[in-house]
Amino acid sequence: MMTSTILEMKSITKTFPGVKALDDVNLQVQEGEIHALIGENGAGKSTLMKVLSGVHPYGTYSGDIVYKGNTCEFKNINDSENLGIVIVHQELALIPELSIAENIFLGNERAKNGIINWNETRRKTRELLTKVGLHVNAEEQIKNIGVGQQQLVEIAKALSKEVELLILDEPTAALNEKDTENFLQLLLEFKKQGITSILISHKLKELFKVSDNITVLRDGKTISSYSLKNGDITEKHIIKDMVGRDLANLYPERNPNIKDEVVFEIKDWSVYHPLDSERQILHDVNLKVKRGEIVGLAGLMGAGRTELAMSVFGKSYGKKITGQLLKDGKEIVLNHVDQAIKNGLAYVSEDRKEYGLILIDSVKDNVTLANLEKVSKKNMIDKNLEVTQAEEIKSKINIKAPTIYQNTGNLSGGNQQKVVLGKWIFTDPDILILDEPTRGIDVGAKYEIYKIINDLAEQGKSIIVISSELPELLGICDRIYTLCEGRVTGSHDKEDASQESLMTYMTEVGGHYNG
Amino acid sequence: MDNIKQFINNNVKQYGMIIALVGIVILFQILTDGILLTPLNITNIIMQNSYIIVLAIGMLIVIITGEIDLSVGSVAAFVGAMAGILLVNQDLPIILSIVLCLVVGAAIGAWQGFWVAYVSIPSFIVTLAGMLIFRGLTLVALQGQTIAPFPDGFRSLSSSFLPEAFGGGELHLLTLLIGVVLSVIYIVNEIKLRKSDRQYNIQVPSAILFATKLALFVIVINLFTYMLALYEGIPYVLIILLVLVLGYTFMMNKTILGRHIYSVGGNEKAAKLSGVKTAKVKFIAFVNMGIMAALAGLIFAGRLNAATPQAGNLFELDAIAAAVIGGASFTGGVGRVFGAVIGALVMGVLNNGMSLMGIGIDWQQAIKGLVLLAAVAFDVLSKKK
Repeated sequence: MMTSTILEMKSITKTFPGVKALDDVNLQVQEGEIHALIGENGAGKSTLMKVLSGVHPYGTYSGDIVYKGNTCEFKNINDSENLGIVIVHQELALIPELSIAENIFLGNERAKNGIINWNETRRKTRELLTKVGLHVNAEEQIKNIGVGQQQLVEIAKALSKEVELLILDEPTAALNEKDTENFLQLLLEFKKQGITSILISHKLKELFKVSDNITVLRDGKTISSYSLKNGDITEKHIIKDMVGRDLANLYPERNPNIKDEVVFEIKDWSVYHPLDSERQILHDVNLKVKRGEIVGLAGLMGAGRTELAMSVFGKSYGKKITGQLLKDGKEIVLNHVDQAIKNGLAYVSEDRKEYGLILIDSVKDNVTLANLEKVSKKNMIDKNLEVTQAEEIKSKINIKAPTIYQNTGNLSGGNQQKVVLGKWIFTDPDILILDEPTRGIDVGAKYEIYKIINDLAEQGKSIIVISSELPELLGICDRIYTLCEGRVTGSHDKEDASQESLMTYMTEVGGHYNG
Repeated sequence: MDNIKQFINNNVKQYGMIIALVGIVILFQILTDGILLTPLNITNIIMQNSYIIVLAIGMLIVIITGEIDLSVGSVAAFVGAMAGILLVNQDLPIILSIVLCLVVGAAIGAWQGFWVAYVSIPSFIVTLAGMLIFRGLTLVALQGQTIAPFPDGFRSLSSSFLPEAFGGGELHLLTLLIGVVLSVIYIVNEIKLRKSDRQYNIQVPSAILFATKLALFVIVINLFTYMLALYEGIPYVLIILLVLVLGYTFMMNKTILGRHIYSVGGNEKAAKLSGVKTAKVKFIAFVNMGIMAALAGLIFAGRLNAATPQAGNLFELDAIAAAVIGGASFTGGVGRVFGAVIGALVMGVLNNGMSLMGIGIDWQQAIKGLVLLAAVAFDVLSKKK
């Protein structure tokens, strides 16, 4: 088979005020391949793709884009789409209240003289949905389908534009293992049909599974480019190139110091759906955490992990909640979040922008928000005390911001996550529940987050980690509970668990476990 | 030089509206041949706009929580009508009547806050309904009639001045003294603040700029009290305003409640998961708005010396405009008490200046509309940079 270069980006340099986001970057993509693009957050992947798709128009960068042998000067995103270059952004750009069909042809309507041909629209949509393997009614509203399915709708939207080069920015960040697997299969299917893809992801395993070639960016520069066909390049090579140093281990060393006393216990916990009081989300869940222990919660989407955490945390989720919570052997009742906080619970939510941070407020205001009493006397905030305490948190967990007055909206994902962690450390909790603590952040920042988690456990705090990445759970937890469809299906010591064994319990229905 | 440039850049947003206000004042001073800044007219501007400033402070807090209140004009009218009935028809004591009126204002605020905060009905709808309900109830209470006149003691709330303590002749000496005392308090406070900012590594402007700022403030405040002293001195209502501005600035900047109010508007979900009782905070904002609307209604009735069915018409729009011109954002989480006061003064000086020039009410409305649009456009464009 003849391979030819479909895209070549030559010495691309792009400067933002004060920052060189891209510095002489080169990227070569072969026709019909899946090309992986990887690098830490801020390495310049997204900027490079924005240059390619015309979001940063010709003239705002230096260097050449050669696509199918022609030098291109894209003035906007339409120019690149006309040539079949379509980008699917990390944050899904779908409108929840509109139907799948309306979303797919939004801005590209099947219309004559401004009047939409709905039959044609629906027919085309059905065709596209079949192509991406999504068996849902084209009339269904986006808000009624899952994240994994929404991702597929985005792909279908891209296909509707006669795509030849598909750019996917972190497509699996919000997907569970099963949806991810389906998604990767779909990419391979596209490859057979001759569509070239550029895949940006933090998940090395995925990239190794489907990619032909890989390019590593670091600090706005091309570091390396390898072929993955021969199998001589390992994940270690790539990580080394990404972070610029040897990461001996992805996870910091852990010397567990677990005391034989149960700090927190959830007993026979049942919860119903907040809008549908017939639908039971959690069934008699039992769970224990010891002092200094890091416990993982593994489960597929819909297993009820986040629902469990939020219902425990001051009944922030669900209806008709029954069961008991015990702290140090004594029953506690948590009807509101502030009661949960006062009883030493903390919950770091999975969506830091939506539920974790006030993006228009400073690092300081965010860090102190959940425990303003600590820096106040008689309901009056002691400004000096607040500043000192916020500075302390900032340096303790190494939040990289110029000052504590920086708005959190301007920080990178990893640093935002640290601010959220800082906020909860500031409440002096005994039990921390961390929901997807490393989602969407780069390898280096992940390592730092793991270290913070380790330190907290060492200080005698009990930690519950929810994660969709099994290697992460196996890497940092002492014990892992598996959940399946609202039930606990097992408690597994780290030593006895593997990804495969956990997955069995995560997909096993009906097995009931009483810890 | 760079220092100054940076200082200007940093402060254009913060002081932009003050600069705009100064510009408008100078413009009308010229256009009215110097009538705008006569002692009599300055006193007039304060008294004419006092109730708008009161409403603007309440509105600002509601807007910071991400909500809106369209009913404040009707509520002010309703409370004014109540004052008329209690004071004139029933002949109740003044203090008791004022307290009853404020309690009714709080109750109205609680009613609207309940629907917004605990039933999650959009505040636009709840207060649009309130606008109709309380305008209607005003007409019912007054039976379409005007009640007048109010007893003198009540009227002094909005039309009397602080008595002269030192005999005095042409100049009102107590007023001058108050100006000097305020200047000293301000200077001492600012120096203290600067010292502690330094201590905690907060960036402070250079000594020269700091001194300039202090000097400007002292000049403005003393010029202002001097002007008032040339007329009748300090009106009672100005003291009420001063207490409100200082009190609410303190509340918003220094207390837990203030921080919670900003957090609810900044990101309600995150605030809730941080233990902030978001519904309660919104409820409080509306109760407070009700009290402020009642106070504004009392001041207006006292000034008019009558309770009329048409009182408070379009007050809600003046209050919203003041808050927004002063830098509040409808997305919530942003806004300063001081800004709202400046915004109210911008609107007030525009009103007053155009009236002095003999511009009709028709053109006045159109021009005020354009100013509101321009102020928000400026805000949006400066954020885009």
